[in-house]
Amino acid sequence: QVWQIRLDMHLLNHDGNITDAASIAGIVALCHFRRPDVSVQGEEVTVYTPEERDPVPLSIHHMPICVSFAFYHQGTYLLVDPTEREERVMDGLLVIAMNKHHEICTIQSSGVVMLLPDQILRCSKITAVKVAEITELIQKALENDQKASRKEGGKFGFAESIPNQRITAFKMGSAAVDTNDVEEQAGEIIAKADPPAEVFANPVLHTPGTAQIGEGMESSWGDLEESEKEEAAEEEGESEAAAFECEKVETEDTSTMKETKNDEPIVLSDSEEEEVVILEPQELPQKTR
Amino acid sequence: PAMISPLCISPGDTSVLAGLYGPAEAKISKELPDRAALEVLLRPKVGLPGVLERSREQQLRQTCEAVVLGVLHPRTAISLSLQVLSDAGSLLSCCLNAACMALLDAGLPLAALFCGVTCALQPDGTILLDPTTRQEQEARAILTFAIASSERKMLMATTKGSCSVEEMQQCLAAAQRAADAIFQFYRDSVRRCYSKS
Repeated sequence: QVWQIRLDMHLLNHDGNITDAASIAGIVALCHFRRPDVSVQGEEVTVYTPEERDPVPLSIHHMPICVSFAFYHQGTYLLVDPTEREERVMDGLLVIAMNKHHEICTIQSSGVVMLLPDQILRCSKITAVKVAEITELIQKALENDQKASRKEGGKFGFAESIPNQRITAFKMGSAAVDTNDVEEQAGEIIAKADPPAEVFANPVLHTPGTAQIGEGMESSWGDLEESEKEEAAEEEGESEAAAFECEKVETEDTSTMKETKNDEPIVLSDSEEEEVVILEPQELPQKTR
Repeated sequence: PAMISPLCISPGDTSVLAGLYGPAEAKISKELPDRAALEVLLRPKVGLPGVLERSREQQLRQTCEAVVLGVLHPRTAISLSLQVLSDAGSLLSCCLNAACMALLDAGLPLAALFCGVTCALQPDGTILLDPTTRQEQEARAILTFAIASSERKMLMATTKGSCSVEEMQQCLAAAQRAADAIFQFYRDSVRRCYSKS
């Protein structure tokens, strides 16, 4: 048995040179990731939860970082880290992946430019300088995050890294909401509402996950829209409800659940999702059953 | 066609990035003759979109369709793309807020604004607004409401878990109070955005 690691990258904004950005994001994510701790004794394998034992980092041997070079005019001009506009008009692209030990991990060349060996050597020297800077930035960021997560109340994570000094960024602290007379307001609404539909008989459990409540009625698929609207208006007396089919179905079902609770119903499927509505032709939500 | 990307953050560092494209030309198969066709794409932080994302997309779409005046742009497509950046609880209401801010920022004609509020019903009956992941797991029921800005009417409700009718009404009333704070936040951020530019 082995661990499978999955790295999902989401591109939020493309302003050129996705390769470099993605390589940095990927290697930082892998360095930051912690997997559950495991102990193996002979044939027995125990996987500990994060609460039982601190998760362990992956073993990263080195951090390759990509640096891209855009060439113009048959190699006369060279641009490091091109922007989107520059990418669109470039003749050729050279990508070098290197780690801080100056080991080249990948070289890819594409486009219509024929490069000379000394050009490639020059690019790799530039790459070495860039990679050293970037690796240092990464180390600092990982350390800061480590420290912040150790300290109680330290802020870390994506949300904090968003700059909030810009005009387009607006932050509001958590606001207290006055809910003093909420209960009274709710009580009034319920008092004004019509009484709920009559109590339903026990649901009949056919097989696990399938239940039938009440007898069937003739289907009225033709005038479904109007009949559902009337029922929702009568049912809870919720004047707030705007017309939505799926939401109406749910209001019906919550009342059903509540009534069947009184009769000690048989447990239906224990799916965690919202109300499970089993549709049989004669089971369409009808008020009078 | 406008492309916007507001970012929405809820307490507890849940963040969703919303991008709105439209009204743009629609594919013949998708266009509607009398109004705009609204499409929502929700991408989770990890993995490919699954059934849960599809159901959330439909909920968001129906909420947006209730407020967007689609009849002003017939035979066009409005595409709302949401990317979950981090999830620390109350994700659906964060998506709703991000969607509304995207619609606002894009300048689409709207009948009303809406906001999302999540309520967690704890086992002892107390109501928690905008719960964190831990609070959501311990709660007896989680209710998410989309509240419209005109008269604080409810546009969409989703529940997970079981609660009584009275409790649901209480949660809804609490959510309507919270909606006031959120609408004020919308107003302030839009005002700030346009004040100096």
